[in-house]
Amino acid sequence: MTSTEGQVTLKKVVGAMLFASKKTITAAELKKIIDQTAEHEEAAGRQFAKTKESEICGAMEQIKADLAAMDAGLRLAEVAGGYRLQTDPACGPWLRQLLNSGRPSRLSKPTLETLAIIAYRQPIARSEIESVRGVNVDNIVRHLLECQLIKICGRSDLPGHPLLYGTTQLFLEHFGLQDISHLPGIEQLRRKEAERIKAAAAKPAGAEQVEKDSGEEELDEDGPEEDDDEVEDEVEDDEEDDDEEDDEDEDEDEARDVEDGKEKGDSAAVKEGRQASPGEQHKDATP
Amino acid sequence: MAVVQDELKIKLEVFEGPLDLLLYLIKKDEVDIYDIPIERITRQYMEYLGLMRMLDLDIAGDFLVMAATLLMIKSRLLLPPEERPELEPEEEDPRWDLIRKLVEYKKFKDAAGLLQGMEISQGNSFLRGSDDLQVPASPEIGLDEVTIFDLISVFNEALKRIEPEKIGEIYAEKITVADKIEMLLAIIKEKLNVPFYSLFDHATTRHEIVCTFLAVLELVRLHQITARQDKVFGDIMIVRAGET
Repeated sequence: MTSTEGQVTLKKVVGAMLFASKKTITAAELKKIIDQTAEHEEAAGRQFAKTKESEICGAMEQIKADLAAMDAGLRLAEVAGGYRLQTDPACGPWLRQLLNSGRPSRLSKPTLETLAIIAYRQPIARSEIESVRGVNVDNIVRHLLECQLIKICGRSDLPGHPLLYGTTQLFLEHFGLQDISHLPGIEQLRRKEAERIKAAAAKPAGAEQVEKDSGEEELDEDGPEEDDDEVEDEVEDDEEDDDEEDDEDEDEDEARDVEDGKEKGDSAAVKEGRQASPGEQHKDATP
Repeated sequence: MAVVQDELKIKLEVFEGPLDLLLYLIKKDEVDIYDIPIERITRQYMEYLGLMRMLDLDIAGDFLVMAATLLMIKSRLLLPPEERPELEPEEEDPRWDLIRKLVEYKKFKDAAGLLQGMEISQGNSFLRGSDDLQVPASPEIGLDEVTIFDLISVFNEALKRIEPEKIGEIYAEKITVADKIEMLLAIIKEKLNVPFYSLFDHATTRHEIVCTFLAVLELVRLHQITARQDKVFGDIMIVRAGET
């Protein structure tokens, strides 16, 4: 590769902006800035007037790869819908000293479990959360709202119109996720549980390939749809135990005790799975 | 900490629920979750329920509901198949509904484990000019890998080791939880960590064992100590907080 020292390349501009930005930034935002620069600045700025967003993404991918290869403690992460430069997690202890910051507080297990239920099943009502956890979650939900890791995102159509909860942008940032579809094993945990469990129970007899559709057809309900929830890909049955890096685009199934038979053409994978608590389906309440 | 006349009644709220207890018992016994031995699990569940009430822990009413459910499943299994109430084909096995719930919950527990890894990794990453995103501490008692049920198991063993109390001993000097808290703080000040079971070594009465246990829970809640376990179901160590 020829040296581009002294020349301004798109990659340099993108890299510099990522550094200077201090917060997460998207390719679209970068394009906007580049366009504005082309208008306002003289010749130098006009260089990239016709740049497409895809080219900017390409530059970012290159930078990401370069940083990874450079192995100098910096990475380009894709978090919460945008890109940002951050440090290698392995260097945490030193940075904490440098920045005089205390140990990061962590969420307790019951809180994480409750949060997981909300994250994978959102939007979800409190009673549904409790149905999965088997116990009251009032205190934990309140705490999560205070932390702003979850928010109220609507009301159910069911009688009583219970509040529905979902995760926030802060949630994505706290866990280093690009978006909800990047939750590990999201496909598994969203599916209709009845089918899933049956497929798993049939496993000793030989993995069942037939879709076991029972009378428990789970009706899809209305709740405010989140765009990023519609993942249609068939997820591979990967047995790897993953160390979740926040900037990796992985939709892999985590090895779990319960193995699913491959359920082909499961249209439920597209819909948002809901816990089918008796009498508690967020159906469209049309009489 | 003033020594009060009455026992220091500590009502510690337990955030775990009946499904957590069942999963704990299933794991401990290495039982097949798809083929739960209801008789055995119910017996153990009841035992733990009794222990939690002995400790006067503030547990959810759901524990009692689950106890009733387990007993109902058990009785259904005792009926010959012809006499069982009409059910959907997939619910032939009276355990089915419970198994379904347990398997599903377990999946979320596993997911939570993964999220925790991600949380740690993200917590170790910094941005330029970063204020890291601190979340306020969770409301629960600060046990991490060790669960309340692990602690209760050790408590149970300690109870079994002492001699049954003679009924006539009404005037025995009563130790209080406050006393035990002081003792525990003294121990932990000297030693960095100490095996949990050893704290019960000198206890002679059930009351003393209960006080010791509650003292430990209270100090965990106050973030003075924490519990650690190197291997799953290995010895639990009580460690001075802040020493990681």
